[in-house]
Amino acid sequence: MSIDKDTAARVAKLARIKVEDDALPALAQEFNAILGFIEELNEVDVEGVEPMTSVTPQRLKRRVDVVNDGDQQAAVLKNAPDAREGFFAVPKVVE
Amino acid sequence: MTDLNKLTIADARDGMRKGDFTSAEITEACLTEIDGASALNAFVHGTADMAREQAAAADTRIKAGDAPNMCGIPLGIKDLFCTKGVPSQAASRILEGFKPEYESTITSQLFDAGAVMLGKLNMDEFAMGSSNETSIYGDAVNPWRREGSDAKITPGGSSGGSASAVAADLCLAATGTDTGGSIRQPAAFTGITGIKPTYGRCSRWGVVAFASSLDQAGPMTKTVRDSAIMLQAMCGFDPKDSTSADLAVPDFEAAITGDIRGKKIGIPKEYHMDGMPAEIEALWADGRAMLKDAGAEIVDISLPHTKYALAAYYVIAPAEASSNLARYDGVRYGHRATLGAGDAIDDMYEKTRAEGFGAEVQRRVMIGTYVLSAGFYDAYYNRARRVRTLIKQDFENVFNAGVDAILTPATPSAAFGLGEMKNADPVQMYLNDVFTVTVNMAGLPGVAVPAGLDKQGLPLGLQLIGRPWEEGDLLNSAAVLEQAAGFVSKPAKWW
Repeated sequence: MSIDKDTAARVAKLARIKVEDDALPALAQEFNAILGFIEELNEVDVEGVEPMTSVTPQRLKRRVDVVNDGDQQAAVLKNAPDAREGFFAVPKVVE
Repeated sequence: MTDLNKLTIADARDGMRKGDFTSAEITEACLTEIDGASALNAFVHGTADMAREQAAAADTRIKAGDAPNMCGIPLGIKDLFCTKGVPSQAASRILEGFKPEYESTITSQLFDAGAVMLGKLNMDEFAMGSSNETSIYGDAVNPWRREGSDAKITPGGSSGGSASAVAADLCLAATGTDTGGSIRQPAAFTGITGIKPTYGRCSRWGVVAFASSLDQAGPMTKTVRDSAIMLQAMCGFDPKDSTSADLAVPDFEAAITGDIRGKKIGIPKEYHMDGMPAEIEALWADGRAMLKDAGAEIVDISLPHTKYALAAYYVIAPAEASSNLARYDGVRYGHRATLGAGDAIDDMYEKTRAEGFGAEVQRRVMIGTYVLSAGFYDAYYNRARRVRTLIKQDFENVFNAGVDAILTPATPSAAFGLGEMKNADPVQMYLNDVFTVTVNMAGLPGVAVPAGLDKQGLPLGLQLIGRPWEEGDLLNSAAVLEQAAGFVSKPAKWW
């Protein structure tokens, strides 16, 4: 498996990270080095082996379905780069 | 009394209770040392005023009697922990200016026990790195140097600032976190002790997430006993972390008896790596002899899937990171890029993340995105999770055969120079974690203990890996190793 410039651009887009066109070939090369290293996993016989979902045998606990937190608008918005009238503000999404 | 900053937690606790000195005095000694140690770049956000207040409160509590073990102990806190009202930015530009409105469970527990926070510590950005060179704050520097050289050495990573601060006696101990070796590798590089407990022992709530199925916090200290004392205060069930273990926390310090007679210590043959320095092989053999002399039974064991752990890790950790780091979008907290007139919301995301994340973080987020993307999920992510199951089974098999702990080197080399790996390919840097990463993959406790110096005068560490939830037993074996190795060297002060 080899990653080309177009694939690198697609991955960057999916990850929502802006990568300039001229940086794409080097990025693709880095991906290939790392994926080349990961390829050795293909040597392992994983037939019939379950993918790990939890490293310790445990069931996730369920909590009672009640409101136990909230009413913290000011604290929630405190660190926002742009907050107005009790909301997070972002560039226009809908025309 | 001078040099109070050099105390261990145990000695500080005992001395404060006897009235030999106060927390205020120890705290002041540490603050003075921190002021004089800017060359180490270990502390990146000071909290001196808060420290003085906490120390005064601790002194009142100690005087009243019945103060907990950590009461009055001045600590450094890794920047990955959210601390209320104090910058907590995971050494990333994307969290510039972020001051949490809440306190992580671990720091809450430490503060409730009376511990004092001196400030926040340098680290690799989002804990992704093995040399503390990916930090927005610049490199943290190891107080150790090669003999006859003034070249700056890495303290390791990602908990590089924690390791540097403890080794240089800027604080009595520090918190660290460990996703693939980030407590144990820097501890080994700086001649201190660090333990990563069993997955689920320490709450992850309020600790900035890197790879949630692997991340665990732990203490970085001057002695094994100190690790036991501090770990005790950090552990415990937390309903706010769904993977927190609802188990009683035993008295870890009481487990240190110095008696390991009849314990079975495994030596895994797969940890003999090609090209490993002879000094590390020799150190490992010494460790084996020390434990044998103390009455342990040494057995050769095999962990056949060791070879694949690093590759599986570099699928699983980036995959989880790509998901965890999706929250940094320039909307709710931290940095937002300056936008042009016509920029839409996607431009905001893309520009913000390109500016806010450093190169290594971007690389891992994108690798993670790729291995989770349609068409590759089974080939990469699911295969890595299957290999992870096999790695855990390897350990279960040896523990079922009666092995109590496993002895390995902590790192494949001593600390390297800052900048020396600059032109290496990323995979070369990843090899630092080769002996530690299996432990995270299997969710086990692992401790690094300083055991000797290499021929250049840099510290080397050994690692002991324990059974799940048996941190007490593990620390007892580590204490025996510590005593036998008799590592007392300290870096000569140049900073």
